[in-house]
Amino acid sequence: MSLITAKNIEDHDGAYADLLAAHRGLDTEASAALNARLILILMNHIGDRAVLREAIDLARTSGT
Amino acid sequence: MAYDYAPFPYIAPPGLAAPEPRHPVIIVGAGPIGLAAALELANHGVRSVVLDDNNVVSVGSRAICWAKRSLEILDRIGVGEACVEKGVTWKVGRTHHRAKEVFNFDLLPDPGYKMPAFVNLQQYYVEEYLVTRCEESDLVDLRFKNKVVSVDQGEDCATLSIETPDGPYTLEAEFVLACDGAKSPIRTMLGLDFEGELFEERFLIADIEMEADFPAERWFWFEPEFHSGQSALLHKQPDNIYRIDLQLGWGSDPEEEAKAENIIPRIEKVVGHSDFKLDWTSIYTFQCRRLKRFVHDRILFVGDSAHVVSPFGARGGNGGLQDVDALGWRLAAVVTGRAPRALLDRYDAERTYGSDENIMNSSRSTRFMSPSDGADRWFRDATLALASHAEFARPMVNSGRLSMPCIYPINAPDAPGLPAVSRPGSVAPDAPQGNGWLLSMLGGQMTVLAIGQPAPDGIEAITLEPSPEITARYLGDEKAAIYLIRPDQVVAARWTKADAATIQAQIDAIWEGRA
Repeated sequence: MSLITAKNIEDHDGAYADLLAAHRGLDTEASAALNARLILILMNHIGDRAVLREAIDLARTSGT
Repeated sequence: MAYDYAPFPYIAPPGLAAPEPRHPVIIVGAGPIGLAAALELANHGVRSVVLDDNNVVSVGSRAICWAKRSLEILDRIGVGEACVEKGVTWKVGRTHHRAKEVFNFDLLPDPGYKMPAFVNLQQYYVEEYLVTRCEESDLVDLRFKNKVVSVDQGEDCATLSIETPDGPYTLEAEFVLACDGAKSPIRTMLGLDFEGELFEERFLIADIEMEADFPAERWFWFEPEFHSGQSALLHKQPDNIYRIDLQLGWGSDPEEEAKAENIIPRIEKVVGHSDFKLDWTSIYTFQCRRLKRFVHDRILFVGDSAHVVSPFGARGGNGGLQDVDALGWRLAAVVTGRAPRALLDRYDAERTYGSDENIMNSSRSTRFMSPSDGADRWFRDATLALASHAEFARPMVNSGRLSMPCIYPINAPDAPGLPAVSRPGSVAPDAPQGNGWLLSMLGGQMTVLAIGQPAPDGIEAITLEPSPEITARYLGDEKAAIYLIRPDQVVAARWTKADAATIQAQIDAIWEGRA
């Protein structure tokens, strides 16, 4: 399997809103901590080292 | 009861009076690694001289956690049983976050091995047993208060200048083993340096004597209430001695922290009372670094002189004994003319590989234990927070990944149906055999095991019946197999069927340094 980069969430606007709602009211530090927990949970759910590496690469190279 | 540090006698060496004949092997450093190397060489019939600038065993417990593979090596050189008998056997580790246990591990869940997963025993006892054994051997010439001050490598030998209480003398050797520890003077004399990573962290280590009933387990805490925001480690040793490691942070003042009046209140908070005696303390920082090459012509680096790691995986002393394991038979074969010098390059290749694995594991643990600010800390704290809520995060809590022998990446015949645990490059798993053990039967020779089938004509082999342990560890789904085991008890090759010529070709390739 390789990383899915095409649209893959039915209600993407709703999912995006869920993400923002989780961060609402948090200061920068608490947001960073929440993100870290979320990333670890999602990493475990994906479970595939090759897919994770692709995801990390995409994140790293898409910042500019 | 505190250990009695009785000095070993100094005897004036013969070289003071008249030049000594060239020695095949001189070992510099009578720590556990140097002494074990001398005994391993003696097992292979090779004589050595061991030089040490001091005349007592290690002061302080230092290396205390001896892993199963180390105990097997120590057993082969005659001190393994004494270590198990005196030491505290354990196999379970428990990791806590604050007051709650978040992860535990069992390092050897199934029975059927002579040696346990781990034994805690102070380094001074191990050295004492090894010294006694060396003194009993006709092939080990142990010289205390003999300090090497210079080394010179020539065409056909190395020359050492040595200082003794009675003056200086020189010795020549075909090979010199630098077993002189993390600060190796030999390494400095050769102008060599480590490569790798230094960590900005400081730990207090304390051995205390007290009556207590802590179980024989490894206990680790992240952010315990008794040592706010830091981490702590507790190990049980014999003689009512407990080892406590406390993280201090890089900002702490080592001189202040080393004072007993500052150490005692910290320990009181850990154990909850003041009914203990400080036996030994030390403040340490750590590095995960190694020499680029362990073989420098006629000078071979073994143990801490070649590589250092942070202590949380017990990979220092155990890694050093694995060096001895990989070097002894090869050096013996080179010295006796059985094999070309190229065989020593295999020592370098295998042990730099093993050392890299130890460094990788230790660096990861260190980064988890003392994360730098930013992402390292966010993810470390996230893992600890999740561990109480989600099962997947528990094994990610990294308080040290304990020493296991690496699987050497050797290119050798293998058969797919045989079990992974005994694949080529692994240490041959032990198993009960009659009234004894498989590893004792192997000893330190190149050995062919014929399991569930007779050995091919013309090949000397040990024939094994497929007991449940032998089946699980050596046959898997197959009915029969042939294993070639190296003198260091590492599986060199295996087949379900092989003729004599195939096996002999593999044996020749090993002795020639090609496999």
